[in-house]
Amino acid sequence: MTTTEMTYQGTAETSAERNKRVLGRVGIYAALIFWAFVSLFPVYWTITTTFKTARDVTQGHIVPFVDFQPAWIGWRSLGLSPDTINQVSTVRDEFLGRFVNSIIASCGASLLAVLLGSLAAYGLSRFQYKFLWMKNKDISFFFLSQLILPPVVLALPFLVLYKELALLDTRIGIILLYTLTVLPIVIWIMRDQFDTIPVELDEAAQVDGLSVWGVFFRIVMPIALPGMVAAFILSLILCWNEYFFAALLTGTNAKTLPVMVASQTGSQGISWWAMAALATSAIAPLVVIGIVLERYIIKGLTAGAGK
Amino acid sequence: MANAEIHAQPYGDPIAPGRKAAGRALIWGATILLGLVALLQALDAAGNGPLHFETWRPTLYAYVLWAVALGAAQVMIRGEAGQRALFVLPAALYTVAVVIFPTFFGLYIAFTDWNLSSFEGRRFNGIDNLVELFHDSFYWKALGNMVFYVAMVLVEYAIAFSLALLLNAEVRARKFWRVAFLIPFMLSPVAVSWMVGKSLMEVRFGPLAGLAKHLGWSQPNFFGSGWAASFSIEALDAWVSIPFIMILLLAGLQALPKEVQEAARVDGATPWQSFWKITFPLMLPVSATAVVLRIIFKLKLADIVINMTYGGPGGATDTVSSYIFRQYRDRSNVGYGTMLAMFYLVLIIIFVTLLLNFVSKHMKKVT
Repeated sequence: MTTTEMTYQGTAETSAERNKRVLGRVGIYAALIFWAFVSLFPVYWTITTTFKTARDVTQGHIVPFVDFQPAWIGWRSLGLSPDTINQVSTVRDEFLGRFVNSIIASCGASLLAVLLGSLAAYGLSRFQYKFLWMKNKDISFFFLSQLILPPVVLALPFLVLYKELALLDTRIGIILLYTLTVLPIVIWIMRDQFDTIPVELDEAAQVDGLSVWGVFFRIVMPIALPGMVAAFILSLILCWNEYFFAALLTGTNAKTLPVMVASQTGSQGISWWAMAALATSAIAPLVVIGIVLERYIIKGLTAGAGK
Repeated sequence: MANAEIHAQPYGDPIAPGRKAAGRALIWGATILLGLVALLQALDAAGNGPLHFETWRPTLYAYVLWAVALGAAQVMIRGEAGQRALFVLPAALYTVAVVIFPTFFGLYIAFTDWNLSSFEGRRFNGIDNLVELFHDSFYWKALGNMVFYVAMVLVEYAIAFSLALLLNAEVRARKFWRVAFLIPFMLSPVAVSWMVGKSLMEVRFGPLAGLAKHLGWSQPNFFGSGWAASFSIEALDAWVSIPFIMILLLAGLQALPKEVQEAARVDGATPWQSFWKITFPLMLPVSATAVVLRIIFKLKLADIVINMTYGGPGGATDTVSSYIFRQYRDRSNVGYGTMLAMFYLVLIIIFVTLLLNFVSKHMKKVT
């Protein structure tokens, strides 16, 4: 950096400069470490609490093996500890049911949203539409404006409609709703992705005899695939963590993991180890995705916002 | 389905009149079918239909069928242009079905007295709900709280900006820091409410409460008084969403032209000066996008409030969404709850429109 060039200018300046530089470096790393701690400590707390007895929880023990002796307490209450994994467990069955519901709801909705959203985004990026008074800009705005619609506005009408349609407490019902909440985001990301792919590519392929849809599926989609993955993962995060609709519209059948986490208060207060085990399994899939597929998440988040 | 025809219909060829007519017939047939099913069901719901239905699903299926017919007919009537329309149609028809229709249905519910737990069913009651809304001090308190929560987005933005600058500095293991900072964004707000809000911040044993005691707050009851609870909820929400703003800003920082900053440094600008005179103004468009997006998400805040305080103490932490959730959960008051939501929607639309206008006006001034 520039400071290294400056060292050649004279020794008097060098030490002051170097002090300042070192101080700056130390400051930056201190800040990084501080915020990394702020970001990660709650996750650490959650995971370690699954191994704590009631006494360890109430005394606020933090470091395993030093403060307290870890045991499989939280996981045993979920039926997922080494000694209970082979036994019959109703809690585990319920947990797995919720887990599967969450996977189906979030993956289903994300897939549907990426499918519908990519098609619409491609159309809006390539062709000129005119529907009544609406041109491309208006149609895009129509889709994106759904983003500001708060879930409460739809929640109660949907409650009534779903009752009439026998979709209340079904996975399909929740998938349809979740798709709606992430569709604007997918369209936003994907339109940006398609805009970066040169139109000449489409035209060349069309000259070669491909139909409009052939161009999309054979030429454009493979190029835009990373963008689609990014949109999918972002949708997955939002759907997996969704609570409001799930709390209102699901019951015994389609209940998702966040709803199960939220309903863990027993009559004897909260068993923190069980709660922590449940919370850990609710956040674990996304934490893993976050670590492994971080660049897709960043790609998804930054599409369209960088300009 | 229509795929076979796509290849038979080369670019720009005239479309046979017979095919056009068949397409029109298809649309009309599907529309009549949809209308017929809906009418039969409406009659049945009114109590004197010739057929009896258990649910409204036949109308739903008829709508799906109609949508498919509409798409196929587009290709038949308009050829190439129809194929193009087919890209946007599914998303548009879907949105109409799940947003526009329920919203209008909601508008109707909003003007009824409808309590799901009573046997009376719905009853049209004009603007009674609206009148009640204006006298509902809890609702206005919730709206006031929303002002606080939205204003706090600026604090979140400031923190996120500092973090983005940190990550943009030349540091080792940048990827590690980035992933670490991103993690809270991945976490379920419900799990965060429980494990951070109720456990980590628990008065007796939570490490955070311990820290607060250490710093001189003798009774660190984070959710005891109204203001403390509001700030605690805001802190939880900020913790989850700061990474989102941070990533947007980081992308903006990385896209900045390096030459300008380099030139400023050569001219002897201190880092402080070059930030305020160069980086910050250049970042304004990205900042505006990030803040507006964040505000839009903030306006939907509900899950943390519902799980942490359930609006309490005394409605001090209520967001509009959580208040409406309580209206429904505690009183099954669908009609009134929907009116509250509709009124909120109108306020949001006005607010966001003003916000976008303000932003675009100022962006023009800057650039």
